[in-house]
Amino acid sequence: MSQTRFTKDHEWIKIDGNIGTVGITQFAQGQLGDIVFVEVPAAGKTIKAGGEAAVVESVKAASEVYSPVSGTVKEGNAALPDAPETVNSDPEGKGWFFKIELSDLKELDGLMDQAAYEKFCAELA
Amino acid sequence: MTIPTTASGNRGLQLEQNLIFEQDTPGMTAVDLPAAPKVSERLGEMKNSKPIGLPGLSEPEVVRHYTRLSQKNYSIDSGFYPLGSCTMKHNPRLNEKMARLPGFADVHPFQPISTVQGALELIDTCASWLKELTGMAAVAMSPAAGAHGELCGLMCIKSAHEANGQGHRKTILVPESAHGTNPATAALCGYAVESIPANAEGRVDVAALKAHLRPEIAAVMITNPNTCGLFERDCIEIAKVVHDAGAYFYMDGANYNAIVGRLRIADLGVDAMHINLHKTFSTPHGGGGPGAGPTVLSDKLAPFAPVPMVVKVGEKFEAEEHAGHGAAKQSYGRMKGYHGQFGVFVRAVSYMMAMGGDGLKQASGDAVLNANYLLARLSEEMTPAFEGPCMHEAVFDDRFLKGTNITTLDIAKALIDEGVHPPTMYFPLVVHGALLMEPTETESKATLDQFIASMLHLARKAKSGTAEAEFKNAPMLSPRRRLDETKAARKPILRWTPGAGDAAKQAAE
Repeated sequence: MSQTRFTKDHEWIKIDGNIGTVGITQFAQGQLGDIVFVEVPAAGKTIKAGGEAAVVESVKAASEVYSPVSGTVKEGNAALPDAPETVNSDPEGKGWFFKIELSDLKELDGLMDQAAYEKFCAELA
Repeated sequence: MTIPTTASGNRGLQLEQNLIFEQDTPGMTAVDLPAAPKVSERLGEMKNSKPIGLPGLSEPEVVRHYTRLSQKNYSIDSGFYPLGSCTMKHNPRLNEKMARLPGFADVHPFQPISTVQGALELIDTCASWLKELTGMAAVAMSPAAGAHGELCGLMCIKSAHEANGQGHRKTILVPESAHGTNPATAALCGYAVESIPANAEGRVDVAALKAHLRPEIAAVMITNPNTCGLFERDCIEIAKVVHDAGAYFYMDGANYNAIVGRLRIADLGVDAMHINLHKTFSTPHGGGGPGAGPTVLSDKLAPFAPVPMVVKVGEKFEAEEHAGHGAAKQSYGRMKGYHGQFGVFVRAVSYMMAMGGDGLKQASGDAVLNANYLLARLSEEMTPAFEGPCMHEAVFDDRFLKGTNITTLDIAKALIDEGVHPPTMYFPLVVHGALLMEPTETESKATLDQFIASMLHLARKAKSGTAEAEFKNAPMLSPRRRLDETKAARKPILRWTPGAGDAAKQAAE
């Protein structure tokens, strides 16, 4: 069963079994503007929930991408550093940052679902 | 009326200028040398295999080229430059005169100490002023700029922890509104960085800070006044809880110009703070010259200060050059060649002596007054990010542009047409669509009024709902129209290559 969850830092995580695919949301890419640089984590890196996992830089700002969950990175999106514009054009699809093997599926309970995230963004705007 | 295009590409007296390599006329030269005598070549494999690629131009062409380039500069000497967090204030010409005195300008760092007593005394005088103004025990003079001073402060902190058996402290706390150099410095020193959130007022959340304090924390780095242009009122409490947790308190002094002469840094409980002489003490900034980042230290950190240090022995000055000896017994070593940016010290001392204690106090007061004048007047049409009063910087968010489809970037571009260097945009990151303005104390009310008129005009025009296209096309009157910043960042062309097309064509694409 696949499901998508969101963080207050505007990351999304799509769960498939105990593997999560992580990226930044449509809202986040819109706020950042044109993205010009991306750094993704190497496979094997262990990250705690809320820890710095990747870097995204736009014409306006540089910021970290935090991991929504704890676990071990299985794969970084190797295509992204050479085509950072993918994060603008398809943030919740081809613009994914990394895949992570979750060490604690319970952490997902603390994240927002689609409806809650949309409400959260509406309050920010 | 539309702006006519010209056959030359020049716009009135704004002259087009190609790269010097594109003006190459092979064989053209400024000097008429006799033909070289025929000699048998003995260079073997060291012989040039291809032309070295220097362009051929006549002397007047070279003079015009560089003069035109210099005229493309926008600088504090030509106009208002309200760049936030950068303190683009006037560099008094007296400083330049002093720095050019032969006794200062012509000394060499390898001269015997007995022949540079005046230069050492000047460094000592500069140090004395900085210690007097901040109330701190010591100052490391050699750091070459602000971030270098941060590194100096953190290296002192690291050395102190190691000397006290606290080397296990591996994490530095930094507020999320901090200058980017703070986490970068911490990372360079091998520390992990944890960010502390700001409260709704734009200041450090002391409760969150306390929650982060634990035995792994080596230090806390806080900018005061902070990047939102606000004074961190809770510094004394912050210092106390940080010290109780066994950590040190680093204060980023980039904004010291807002408080110099008003409070003593030592009274806030600070352990280390760098001072940007190129901000607070009016020495040239950015491309105008090297910076200098002397770092004041508390008595706990003073023993670890870097070499070289100037010490007074009786009536004579000495330079302690090596760690492990005398006053530098516990020094962590050297981080800069020679004695630091000596020419900058001369300018800073010249400024401090010309201003006097009362003048320095007035300068910080006037800087804050000017920023508050902008904040108050611009609030008529724009939305301040935080309730005033502010310190030396006024920060606005983009709520006043809501619903217009015009962005902070568009406003900044339109300001270029108004003949003003745009303020800092989209920083601090905690403010949405930020415009951060620092007018500095050296601008007159007339200059500020002219800028305010431009800003209010643009804000009203943006809100009128009829000028979106005009904003999206700005700047209209500059030598180049809006540049493709995205393409420049994604596919930068960093070097001219023959046949790559001329620069004007590339820029126009």
